[in-house]
Amino acid sequence: MSVLDVGAALPRHRMEILPALTPVLVAVVAAPFVGSASTFLTLTAAGIAMGMMIFTMASGLTLVFGMMDVLNFGHGAFIALGAYVATLVLLPLASWSATDSILLNLAVLTLAGVAAGLVCGLMGWLFERLIVKPVYGQHLRQILATIGGSIIAEQLIYAVWGPDQIPVSIPAAFQGSFVIGEAAVEKYRLLATLVGLVVFAGEMLVLNRTKIGLLIRAGVENREMVEALGYRIDRLFVAVFMAGSALAGLGGAMMALYRGQVHATIGAEFLVLCFIVIIIGGLGSVGGSFVASILVALIANYAGFLAPKLALVSNILAMVVVLLWRPRGLYPVSGR
Amino acid sequence: MSAALTLEGVHTHIGRYHILQGVDFDAPGGKTTMLLGRNGAGKTTALRTIMGLWRASKGRIALGSTALNGLAASDVARLGVGYAPETMAIFSDLTVKENLILGARQGPLDDTRLDWIFGFFPALKKFWLSRAGSLSGGQKQMLSIARAIVEPRALLLIDEPTKGLAPAIVGALIECLKEIKATGVTILLVEQNFRVAVEVGDAVRVMDNGRIVHRGDMAALAADERLQNRLLGLSLDSHQ
Repeated sequence: MSVLDVGAALPRHRMEILPALTPVLVAVVAAPFVGSASTFLTLTAAGIAMGMMIFTMASGLTLVFGMMDVLNFGHGAFIALGAYVATLVLLPLASWSATDSILLNLAVLTLAGVAAGLVCGLMGWLFERLIVKPVYGQHLRQILATIGGSIIAEQLIYAVWGPDQIPVSIPAAFQGSFVIGEAAVEKYRLLATLVGLVVFAGEMLVLNRTKIGLLIRAGVENREMVEALGYRIDRLFVAVFMAGSALAGLGGAMMALYRGQVHATIGAEFLVLCFIVIIIGGLGSVGGSFVASILVALIANYAGFLAPKLALVSNILAMVVVLLWRPRGLYPVSGR
Repeated sequence: MSAALTLEGVHTHIGRYHILQGVDFDAPGGKTTMLLGRNGAGKTTALRTIMGLWRASKGRIALGSTALNGLAASDVARLGVGYAPETMAIFSDLTVKENLILGARQGPLDDTRLDWIFGFFPALKKFWLSRAGSLSGGQKQMLSIARAIVEPRALLLIDEPTKGLAPAIVGALIECLKEIKATGVTILLVEQNFRVAVEVGDAVRVMDNGRIVHRGDMAALAADERLQNRLLGLSLDSHQ
């Protein structure tokens, strides 16, 4: 016996292209106002690089928010911690950074990134167990507990590393710029873009090609049903939280090098931007965060050049416009 | 013989509401037990409590000799309990295939079992790689049940599978439930459609205000119109 409802062909589900094209649209609109092609290229390359760093920091937050329904205001602490941990590698190995050997330069960057990710991942586990786990499902308490946790983390950073800014240098091979025509594109920005793309590709690969990824995607949509199918969602939560914290740490390390200095407030500074990005992208959507990160960074760069005062509120304005157009973000996740 | 499900004095509180107020019943092994009752009687809460999605504040729940009290839903599922909720709870952003892969927790999908399922639900084969969110309501219900039976289960908890379905699909679903029962699975089925209950049910438990108010054979209830009216405020005739 068979159920008769075989039905006609289903409406085809197409990946919506327009939201993904919004950064391109912004660039096309901004180009005539910027005027000079070389300036436009420099601004765009810088925006994309900044977008990739923001994405690296924010992509973990969107999964944590989407899957665990946790408003983690402590995410910024991992950005700051990652930046500081990177200094523990970059400063002692300054001679590797100073040499002309691209291999040694890459080695020191890789070590710094891995160390930042590992330490932040482990601290993420501790943070989840001690601070987040007791307040699952209680949004107000989550806000209070995670803000409290981030204040403690910031003070611990001051206690360990002191209140002063720590200068860090980009390794020699990645200093300077490639000159394309009259445009200058910084080498480190290209590297940051590459790292961001690798992080994005890795996340998409895990999410779309592995059973763990399948569970994460299902958990973002309906975590209760994932548990009812026999999967220990709490373990998956911890793993996702650790991965999100590790990525925040990696992003923090990248940003520290980009700015050439490390300070404990770097976390709080980028936390707001991370929240804007995951809201614009659609809560729980890694692809949405990727597009939103580039969009936000490009808008900030173009606005900073064309109307510096407007740059102060450009991200908020971008969020308002996107939410008026698509109230659940560029790529909303079903069930959220 | 499949394991029987037993509930003894089960209470469930949700917030300040006392929903289950001492539920006692059993669901015999290898049989289909219908859980009937008016809206708000506590049927869905009973299923969710058995599944571990809500904690029983008091009482005992057991599958065979194994106590389910206090177990997380994942541990209950690992004991061989399949669950198809009223909301279907399919993963809309995943494909039909991916939904079933998640249902097969113990390993890869078994082709023979899949063919058996496709025999009931050919639509799932046709739309194998389609996004589950784009299926029709009936197809989603099929997917929800298919996901619950994609691996052999000891106990199946199914909540209102025929809700909102076209009569032709309901008829086919009845046959499907009968075939699942023939494999020896214990089924606890919440159903508002009395005709479906009569066709597939072996035993019946009727709930009202968070308590069991009737236990018996489904056939006996189907034959007693006065009892139907008293318990459910309906008669079989009115549903024919």
